[in-house]
Amino acid sequence: MIALADLSLRWKIPLRVMGAVLGTALAVTAALVTREYDEMRQNLDAHGKSLARVLANTLVTPVLHDDIWRAYEILQSARDPTAIAPELQADVVLVTDAEFNVFVSTRPREFPIGSSPASRGGVYGRLRAALMKTRPTEQQVIEPADSAHYFVMSPLVADGVALGHVILGYSKISFLPRFIGLVGQAAFVTLLVLVVILPFSWIWARRTGEPLLALAEAMRRVPDDLEVARLAELPKSRDEIGQLGDAFRRMVGELKHKQELEDQMLVTERLAAIGRMTAGIAHEINNPLGGMLTAIKTYQRHGAGDPLANQTLSLLERGLTQIRHTVAALLVETKLQDRPFEPADIDDLLILVDAEARARSVTIVREAPLERSLPLPATLLRQILLNLLLNAIAAADEGGRVRIGLTTGDGMLRFSVCNDGKHIPDEQMAYLFEPFASGREKGYGLGLWVVYQIVQQLGGGLAVDSEPGCTTFRAEIPYVEN
Amino acid sequence: MLRCNLLRTRNVAEIEAGAADFALIIIAMNAGDYSSAGSRRRTFLRSALAVAAMPLLPVRAETGVLRIGLTPVFLDDQLSFLTRWRVWLERRLKRPVVFVQRGNYREVLDLIRGSKIDFAWICGYPYVRYRHELRLVAVPLWRGRPYYQSYLIVPADDRKSNSLTDLRGKVFSYSDPDSNSGYLYPQYRLTAMGENPTTFFSRNFFTWGHRKVVEAVGVGLADGGAVDGYVWETLAETHPALTRSTRIIERSPEFGHPPFVARPDMSAAGLQRFRAVLLEMPADAEGAELLHLLRLDGFVVGQPSLFDEIARMAARVRKI
Repeated sequence: MIALADLSLRWKIPLRVMGAVLGTALAVTAALVTREYDEMRQNLDAHGKSLARVLANTLVTPVLHDDIWRAYEILQSARDPTAIAPELQADVVLVTDAEFNVFVSTRPREFPIGSSPASRGGVYGRLRAALMKTRPTEQQVIEPADSAHYFVMSPLVADGVALGHVILGYSKISFLPRFIGLVGQAAFVTLLVLVVILPFSWIWARRTGEPLLALAEAMRRVPDDLEVARLAELPKSRDEIGQLGDAFRRMVGELKHKQELEDQMLVTERLAAIGRMTAGIAHEINNPLGGMLTAIKTYQRHGAGDPLANQTLSLLERGLTQIRHTVAALLVETKLQDRPFEPADIDDLLILVDAEARARSVTIVREAPLERSLPLPATLLRQILLNLLLNAIAAADEGGRVRIGLTTGDGMLRFSVCNDGKHIPDEQMAYLFEPFASGREKGYGLGLWVVYQIVQQLGGGLAVDSEPGCTTFRAEIPYVEN
Repeated sequence: MLRCNLLRTRNVAEIEAGAADFALIIIAMNAGDYSSAGSRRRTFLRSALAVAAMPLLPVRAETGVLRIGLTPVFLDDQLSFLTRWRVWLERRLKRPVVFVQRGNYREVLDLIRGSKIDFAWICGYPYVRYRHELRLVAVPLWRGRPYYQSYLIVPADDRKSNSLTDLRGKVFSYSDPDSNSGYLYPQYRLTAMGENPTTFFSRNFFTWGHRKVVEAVGVGLADGGAVDGYVWETLAETHPALTRSTRIIERSPEFGHPPFVARPDMSAAGLQRFRAVLLEMPADAEGAELLHLLRLDGFVVGQPSLFDEIARMAARVRKI
């Protein structure tokens, strides 16, 4: 039972429909067979009674005249060895006299003239008892359970006096082939109907189950494979399954949104943590670094003389300066006091990256030029745009194309930098803005970290879309009009 | 009433062109509309009534038409044979011939004694009873001689009975009370044994035909029966299945074969003419073929003394 309950709807619905169809077919067949059987029995009874009556009427005179041969001939004439319906053929016909002795029969050897059928015991004895019980002028149908025959008995009545009886014995067995034939016929018709109906029912049942199966299949994808679940083909009907499909689509949409938010938050939090850590480290490094550089400068200025020491200190100074630069790059500090960002800044930037672009034969396309100056720190914005442009040129295909666009509105500066070429793989995406996360050999990999830090400090937002052939960095930065 | 009608469809049919054909047509029509066993039987009964209701041609001695009465002393139920014989007789006699058949010997006897028919083929027993009235025309030759026997038969599966005495208390079947072989001889045998023929058997019945005696004994309806030996032997050739179900336990001495007789007032010329035709049968190709179908060799004039033995038995039986 459990196995049945666990069965897929793919099978369960069609099987149930098949069951219903088969059940109906069987019930109808059974009803038809029962009806036919009843009719057959009634026919047989009616036939037997009418034959018995005719024989009884016809046999009165031969019995009165003790004319055995004529009685026998009459019985013979009532037989039809080539009958179409053998079950309508009486197996044995007995004519008895008033004392229940055989007057004549169709089986003279079994029922010799003058013998008593009751002396054979069994059924015929009971027939006699049955005859005693009823009025002598009534017909009777007797069906003894233990006999292979059932009997129709009709009295031979002349002027109200019973001369004897005509007893027709019908074989119950000869009735069987006809009945089996009937059942066979009904079964055949049922089978034919089923052959026609079953495939339709099966297809129909399968189609009924399909939307549910699609829904179940889509649900299995949640939550690991939300994108597949979202794109699954679900029923669009307005019935309950359709509503379920709609609800499911909504749910998957919300789940996906939530997951994206979570991912974003994770990145943001991690970046913030890195920012705090780098700031702390930079501070801790900067203090001794400043002291060390000052000490070297002091020595160079006052204690010069030893060329080996000078050479060593010069080496130390270069190294320490590099550390300072690196730390400075990590620790982006917003200089709020700056001039506003001008449209000419963009022209400057394009001139700055022109050499790089030429080297890689990348075309830079400028969309939606800025029309006025914005109250945002020009140095920082230039830094952001420069980093993004250089990244884009490096990522673009040889001879490819980079687009830059800037728009303003609702107190927001929105810009995007877009390049063709290889896209950023998913696994790199999560760490894209982290320092030293770059996959490139050139540079430190601090460019995007700096961009992120600056945008963050300016209270803006940053987004990346990367698909094969198109990688776009978008940023929005709020500003306040004077 | 109904009983008689049923049997008349087989025995009564007057073998006269019109009547016989009409009866056959009715039977054929009935055969066509059988639908089920039940309705078939009812139809059969109805048709029997129809045949009975059909006015049979009045049996009168009309000028021109020769009426010949037939009885079951031979296999008189072969309608196609009778038609051929009738046509042959008409051609030879140059006048229309009508065969008249009845349910038993008695009716045919009444017809010939009353001169309602011209000739009749009857049994030797009624002939000897009325030989002062009837005139002997010809006696058939069976196996070259004008004699036949009575056979006492029992069912083939009865292995015990070997003589008439073994049948005491059994059911016995006679053919016709006016038959020598089928009634008189067994009656005579019992009488000669000192038995009372009316009580010797527990039951007896008449089948009104020798062939039916064979049937009755064959199916076991009767434990024994008396039958015309000539009919039995002919059946053994034409319907061996019938005779195979019976066994002969006694054969009687030879008796004069059932003769053709003429009505009391038949003219000598008419008698001679009919006798001549019968005697000529073997000489004619068609006649010989008809005789062969009857399993007879021809006819002889025959002497009334041929039937003296039957007369003796009849006298003995009648005394009791």
